[in-house]
Amino acid sequence: MTTNKKSSSNVNVETIERHQYDVVIVGAGGAGLRAAIAAADGQAKVAVISKSLLGKAHTVMAEGGVAASLGNVDADDSWDTHFYDTMKSGHFINNYEVVELYTKEVADRVLELESWGAVFDRTPVGKIMQRPFGAHSFRRLAHIGDRTGKELIRTLQYQVIHHSVDVFQEVTTTRLLLDKEGRTAGVFGYYREDGRFVIFQAKSVVLATGGFGKAYKVTSNSWESTGDGAAMAFQAGAELMDMEMVQFHPTGMVWPPGVRGLLVTEGVRGEGGLLYNSQHERFMLRYDPVLHELSSRDVVARSIYKENLAGRGTPHGGAWLDISHLPAAVVKSKLPGMYEQFLSLADVDITKEAFEVAPTTHYAMGGIRVEAATGATNIPGLFAAGEVACGLHGANRLGGNSLGDILVFGRRAGMAARAYADDHDQGDLMSGQMEDEAQRVLAPFSRTQGERPYQLMAELQEIMTNYAGMVRSRDTLETGLEQLKTLQERSTRMVISGSRAYNPGWHTIFDVQSMLVLGEAVIRGALAREESRGAHWRTDFPEELPEMGAWNFVHTFQEGTVVVRADPVPAMPDRLARLFESNQSPGILRKQQRAARRGGDS
Amino acid sequence: MSEEMVLSIYRGDANGGQEEEYRVPLETGMVVLDALHYVQAEAAPDLAVRWNCKAAHCGSCSAEVNGRPRLLCKTRLDQYVGQVVHIRPMHAFPIIKDLVTDVSSNYRVAKQIPAFQPRTPAPFTMYQRDVDRVQEFHRCIECFLCQDTCHVLRNHGGTDQYFGPRMMAKVAEWEMHPMDVADRRQFLKDVAGLPMCNVTRCCVDVCPEHIVITDNAIIPLKERVADQYWDPIRALFRRFHRPAEGAVPGAGSDVSSRA
Amino acid sequence: MADMPSSSKPPIARESPWWLAPNVTLVVFSLFVLYSIWEIFGHNVGRYQNYLSPYFSPDVGLWLGVPWIPALLVAWIPLGFRASCYYYRREYYRGFFREPAACGIPDRSRQYRGETRPPLVWNNLHRYFLYLALVVVIFLWKDAVDAFWYQGHLDLRLGSFILLADAILLSLYTFSCHAFRHLVGGGLDCFSCQNRARYRYRGWKAISALNQRHGLYAWASMFMVWGTDLYVRLLIIGAIHDPRLF
Repeated sequence: MTTNKKSSSNVNVETIERHQYDVVIVGAGGAGLRAAIAAADGQAKVAVISKSLLGKAHTVMAEGGVAASLGNVDADDSWDTHFYDTMKSGHFINNYEVVELYTKEVADRVLELESWGAVFDRTPVGKIMQRPFGAHSFRRLAHIGDRTGKELIRTLQYQVIHHSVDVFQEVTTTRLLLDKEGRTAGVFGYYREDGRFVIFQAKSVVLATGGFGKAYKVTSNSWESTGDGAAMAFQAGAELMDMEMVQFHPTGMVWPPGVRGLLVTEGVRGEGGLLYNSQHERFMLRYDPVLHELSSRDVVARSIYKENLAGRGTPHGGAWLDISHLPAAVVKSKLPGMYEQFLSLADVDITKEAFEVAPTTHYAMGGIRVEAATGATNIPGLFAAGEVACGLHGANRLGGNSLGDILVFGRRAGMAARAYADDHDQGDLMSGQMEDEAQRVLAPFSRTQGERPYQLMAELQEIMTNYAGMVRSRDTLETGLEQLKTLQERSTRMVISGSRAYNPGWHTIFDVQSMLVLGEAVIRGALAREESRGAHWRTDFPEELPEMGAWNFVHTFQEGTVVVRADPVPAMPDRLARLFESNQSPGILRKQQRAARRGGDS
Repeated sequence: MSEEMVLSIYRGDANGGQEEEYRVPLETGMVVLDALHYVQAEAAPDLAVRWNCKAAHCGSCSAEVNGRPRLLCKTRLDQYVGQVVHIRPMHAFPIIKDLVTDVSSNYRVAKQIPAFQPRTPAPFTMYQRDVDRVQEFHRCIECFLCQDTCHVLRNHGGTDQYFGPRMMAKVAEWEMHPMDVADRRQFLKDVAGLPMCNVTRCCVDVCPEHIVITDNAIIPLKERVADQYWDPIRALFRRFHRPAEGAVPGAGSDVSSRA
Repeated sequence: MADMPSSSKPPIARESPWWLAPNVTLVVFSLFVLYSIWEIFGHNVGRYQNYLSPYFSPDVGLWLGVPWIPALLVAWIPLGFRASCYYYRREYYRGFFREPAACGIPDRSRQYRGETRPPLVWNNLHRYFLYLALVVVIFLWKDAVDAFWYQGHLDLRLGSFILLADAILLSLYTFSCHAFRHLVGGGLDCFSCQNRARYRYRGWKAISALNQRHGLYAWASMFMVWGTDLYVRLLIIGAIHDPRLF
């Protein structure tokens, strides 16, 4: 129990456990596992490092489905319609190359899962069933009840264990190791079980560490979503982009307090759930006369917020969501997880009564800036995929696009990392770098007094929620930044008691430090974007401004601070720009034209 | 207005330990995991408990509350008002620290299960009635509570003799998949230890996803193994008659022609 | 709660008296077995007027002209069917073998071998007892119909309805059997792949629904057989009178 408690002063890096791999994947959610399968598809030696147990990553929380234009229920669906929907919902600051690759490939990735044993719900003719979702032109989300994420991760997990991939469970990585030329050389971390250090030397590294939703107080994210990968890469020199774009999912649980923020799948609205205010008015009819409850997430979340501002909120500050008009058997078969969740945690039977929902932090559209086709970052040998990367979702993510994202770009990043490892030698580790890191990681044990990590975590969440949440203005952001800076300074003095063995307080220290860095990027990005666009809502700039739509805000980490610059959004070539000439998606247009032709014939 | 609850939490590691008492104010709708987080923040920052989603989707926070294997995130505290709440790690697995146990044996045996082997590449034509049965097993969150409560694992040396109920559900998921062509019957009998199960059904009681593991996975698998190894008439039939695909009662599609 | 030893881990479900269920099973099953032995080995006649005790049905002793302990010729079928039944296995592994007595209670023995060697491995022959039990069920229905006909006319007495209830409960128990569920459709991987499989799917669905209450039917039918036989036995020895109902 007392091992190494006071050993921080002199760490001998030679004694640290070392592993050599061609490709190391940090993160064992959907993106990481898919990357591992792609990377292991040859002779490469591949390892996956997971902060928790295999199959527990935040991907299990994804409920609604994976968006792919299979056209199984709506034959008019096509990749270009999916492209149109994604760009439009992203308010055109997405990287069109990423979106094009995604919408063209995601159907194949879904079918690939099926041939690996995933069992999606079926249509009456025996194909994969697809359900409607917010702001998708067609019924598009392949799903298995309301537990699609679990299906994905489980399928990938069993593929991985049947491939030659080494999985290191419950290992936290704290630093990306670079060689003298600034190329990726490996990662430094420790086993959570006993706190012992471990170094992975690797020719290439794929980051698939997910988002940082834990930076907010009310969140649908699990404890793991603390942005470690993004912070680690950022501090090693990688660029972040679109960090101001944090998605607030309109429907999180509100009551009781212990479950506040827990996700209520968009599938509830997809299956026909309706939103009411306290006056029993379907307010979404006013805010979006076309799509109603199935408007995009930013719109629905803001509408709930506005209803509360106008005094028409529910007792705990949300809206009523009601699915009880459907037969109980349908609710139980299509939304079994929701039924169970409300019954056991909130004593509410959703087949009989309406329930309260309110916006909850859900997803980071921003992240590490990557090359579209490979997920390569600006650090040679470092790749990123999934929520940690950026480009697909723009200013607002469409439901179902995250599960597709991890499949398409997990695979691409895995293949690219393998190709990179084939062409490059292992970079030399610098022992000074590792010594510094070992000392930094152990420092909290050597302090006798200082800041408590749980306290700092709570304060950080308070700041981000109050000043950089769903509603922002210059005033709130500047106040937030000021307080965050103070917190950053205090965070260098965190202290922990106990041993290195499975010590959650100690682990929290690194979570807090990661999120403090990313939180600053969020606020600085939000300050720079002087407009409202998608998930980013500034009360002092309530309009979407076309001139701002031409820019992505890119962050670099220079001498301890976050520096922002504006980079132009890549312009779509004509063949894609043409899709947006009319105000309808290509699939809907084709459908209308066909109907018109048929009308003309008769 | 808030009541105070007394939690008696096991603190210790492989070298031993004991329960220690902590006091936690009861809030509306509080679950045991909330209470443990309160203890971590206020009294014992190094209290080890494994958790991820806190929504009963990931199956990380398995432990034993007042002697019963449960998910900590789904166990309401208010049901124990007036009692001391004893929280202990899962018994069937080696302890790492406090409430955290070493569940790696599950992953080791999972690796040995012959993987899904589709008859044709996707897309498959499969109907809902064909997949309803296997979708039940897809609900599994791998919390390993069934493994914990199974007496073969709990009292007779872990997964060495029997892979456990979770793994039987996994095998059933693939074995009953309409498109799967692999035959796992010999594996079940000789490697996975299916005959060690004596269908006492404790796994069904603790499953937070309400999967009827014994009746829908284990017993049907036992019957399939019996088809192959304990049915002399069927064996004779197999010897003299090569049936058309799927025509043998009780044999999965073309299973018998390969046997 | 306070007296729980801190070094050993507590058993599961300490809140309820875990020992109750296995001991009830132990006592009731033992009594049933003792009664069955007394009935089978102690009697040569199982018929009273138009009633035939389920222990003696079908009346093989009469067909073969075996005058001594004729029940032995058929009673092994339902008893073997029950002994190898998945539900009874659960009950006697808990109640008699104490492996485990209840969930979380440590097994009595460290020598546990499951169903890997004789005699317990023979439980895998359950399906053969099922085939035979299905034949017996046909005769039970014949007995039930006979119980309503006495000397060529309809005769509604209490015993008629007892034998009817006996046939119904034994049918429910037999048709809800796990092995039957497997035989009818459970062994198929694909219910849509051939025409015949669709009928088998329907059968499998129906039996699956019945199967959920297999345990209930197991207890109910056991008491029913017991009661029916006792009723017939008491009529034979003249201890009771069979009341006419209509």
